Amino acid sequence: MAKVKSLAELKAMKDKLRSNLDLREKSNNPDSLVQIKVAMATCGIAAGAKQVMEHMMEEADKLKLSIIFTQTGCMGYCHAEPTIEVRKPGKEPVVFGHVDNAKADEILTRYVMNNELVEGIIPVNYETID
Amino acid sequence: MHVLVCGGTGCQASASSEIVSCFQNILADKGLQDEIQVIKTGCFGFCEKGPIVKIMPDNTFYTQVKPEDVRKIIEEHIIKGRKVTDLLYLDPENKEHVADSKHMGFYKKQLRIALRNCGFINPESIDEYISRDGYEALGKVLSEMTPQQVIDEITRSGLRGRGGAGFPTGVKWGLCAKSKADQKYAICNADEGDPGAFMDRSIMEGDPNSIIEAMAICGYAIGASQGLVYIRAEYPLAIHRLEIAIAQAREYGLLGKDILGSGFDFDIELRFGAGAFVCGEETALIHSMEGKRGEPTFKPPFPAVEGYMGKPSNVNNVETLANIPIIINKGAEWFSKYGSEKSKGTKVFALAGQINNVGLIEVPMGTPLRDIIYEIGGGIKGGRQFKAVQTGGPSGGCLTTKHLDTQIDYDSLVAAGSMMGSGGMVVMDETSCMVAIAKFYLEFTCEESCGKCTPCRIGNKRMLEILTRITEGNGTMEDLEELRNLAAVIKDTALCGLGQTAPNPVLSTLDNFWDEYVEHVVEKKCRAGVCKKLMNYVIDQEKCIGCGKCAKNCPANAISKTEYIAPGHKLPSMVINTSVCIKCGACMSGCKFDAISVK
Repeated sequence: MAKVKSLAELKAMKDKLRSNLDLREKSNNPDSLVQIKVAMATCGIAAGAKQVMEHMMEEADKLKLSIIFTQTGCMGYCHAEPTIEVRKPGKEPVVFGHVDNAKADEILTRYVMNNELVEGIIPVNYETID
Repeated sequence: MHVLVCGGTGCQASASSEIVSCFQNILADKGLQDEIQVIKTGCFGFCEKGPIVKIMPDNTFYTQVKPEDVRKIIEEHIIKGRKVTDLLYLDPENKEHVADSKHMGFYKKQLRIALRNCGFINPESIDEYISRDGYEALGKVLSEMTPQQVIDEITRSGLRGRGGAGFPTGVKWGLCAKSKADQKYAICNADEGDPGAFMDRSIMEGDPNSIIEAMAICGYAIGASQGLVYIRAEYPLAIHRLEIAIAQAREYGLLGKDILGSGFDFDIELRFGAGAFVCGEETALIHSMEGKRGEPTFKPPFPAVEGYMGKPSNVNNVETLANIPIIINKGAEWFSKYGSEKSKGTKVFALAGQINNVGLIEVPMGTPLRDIIYEIGGGIKGGRQFKAVQTGGPSGGCLTTKHLDTQIDYDSLVAAGSMMGSGGMVVMDETSCMVAIAKFYLEFTCEESCGKCTPCRIGNKRMLEILTRITEGNGTMEDLEELRNLAAVIKDTALCGLGQTAPNPVLSTLDNFWDEYVEHVVEKKCRAGVCKKLMNYVIDQEKCIGCGKCAKNCPANAISKTEYIAPGHKLPSMVINTSVCIKCGACMSGCKFDAISVK
């Protein structure tokens, strides 16, 4: 991989990476992808996040859904692990808690496919900086 | 369209279930059940104004909704599209109704600065970190700032050490920068050891690059080309993700020789600790990294003068470092906007114990304890009474109901007899015995004492013996006196922070819960029912029907038949032999006739 040789190069790299992400996240294009982030700090994994993520990936394949799965760090909702964030194109991200395999199936078939919300939503209760 | 109804414990208590069924019934009456979905959600963290109902997609946020308001919301808002003004949140400042929850940031008590990327980015991808301004702060200091300017910026921001003691970070860097040497070290203290604390682990697992970037900035400021992370081996995932991040940063040339063409060299190595609590103390940490026993030494010399391998070293905690890049990017003024007068920025807490929303939270310094417990935490579990909150781990103390309006920052916590510590926050209700809590923390420090100095090794052991006596019903009033004397001597004479602060949990519970200590000593009673030696299970001879289930459940064969048959019963009642009883409670939980109680 090429080395970043100056601050200017780093900034150019950031802009490119960011526009790629924006394309993926903000576009209203129905072809653009659904993104699911799974909170996988040690505690999330201990609560079963890894199994749920694997299960969701298999199910998404079976249902022929194109979803980008990524792992991320702690979302802070220890009382509701495992937690996942589902980001549909053009929509605000929604966080679900206590996601087991059954809940994962429900999220995929009802929220991702049919836009129906399901129980288990955790309202985001913090602000973050831009 | 979606109707979200808060199903947090606080709102459940104030009829949110009833609200959900009201919505469903009325929507069904109007034939709208297929178009409008009613969903119960987790806690909004705004319990004071609950129950909360949110209408999506227009983000309307209704507060203190009663079941009888539901029809109005459906007929006005959902059918006619007109917001129900009197149910909207009333801004206490300007007395205006706020409809859109997007403009209600103020109800969100949390602000994520140190945790800004945790739960957002993939921690194993440096690209995602870079796309969120990652390494730009490093680029900025290397190309636009002198080391002294970096130190000044951090000093002006008011950032203080998040490991607990709260020493100003910029001042610490300045001291190390002044030391002249051929080699210096920038060290990250990732030896998080307070029971129940996991702030640092979450940051390293969620945003490892921010630590690497901050260490490089620190290295530039103090003149160090080598960084070291001292991390406990029991954090394997944090280690794994740090290793990935270091490898990726090297690949991009963000670690190594001539970073970003500036001529500055910096690289990082990991050093693993075995998880001893005392190794969080900076001199003990340095000795452990050198391969010596993890024992503290007297300061001065401070590590800034003579640290790792005898060279000037700067030790910062993980959370402190996580704040550095954002301070450089946004400036000291931006950072010092947040927080209280003497404590700037935010603090991450691991909120645990008898609280509904156990979690990792980040709040601006100066947030009242009440907001943390009743808003963010969603109140006490099972609707029980709040009794105390322990902060600062084994070095801290307990705050009680009278401290609920204390604004949480370094100085006010010390004034209240506790301390910030690294950020553990354990909430307790009336089922916790404060003497037993003090004993628990003292057991921990006795176990973790390195044994080098006498006050800590022997003094704390004696205190623990006294506490054990008290919880077993053998304490005297002189013991309480003796606890205070010992505590004062240990605080004055122990070598390092571990010993000097070990008596704090005992002192603060003595101050705040004196009655409970006296009760244990004089009445031989534990009101919380925690100290087993002070409890006796008793069978009510009149209620007992003599079924014998308790005797069958008893693992110690402590229950036998009497010869007494109560009026109206056919079999003789049972009795517990208290000298054999192990107080497990199996008899009581098995009795269907409420005949067994604790006295």
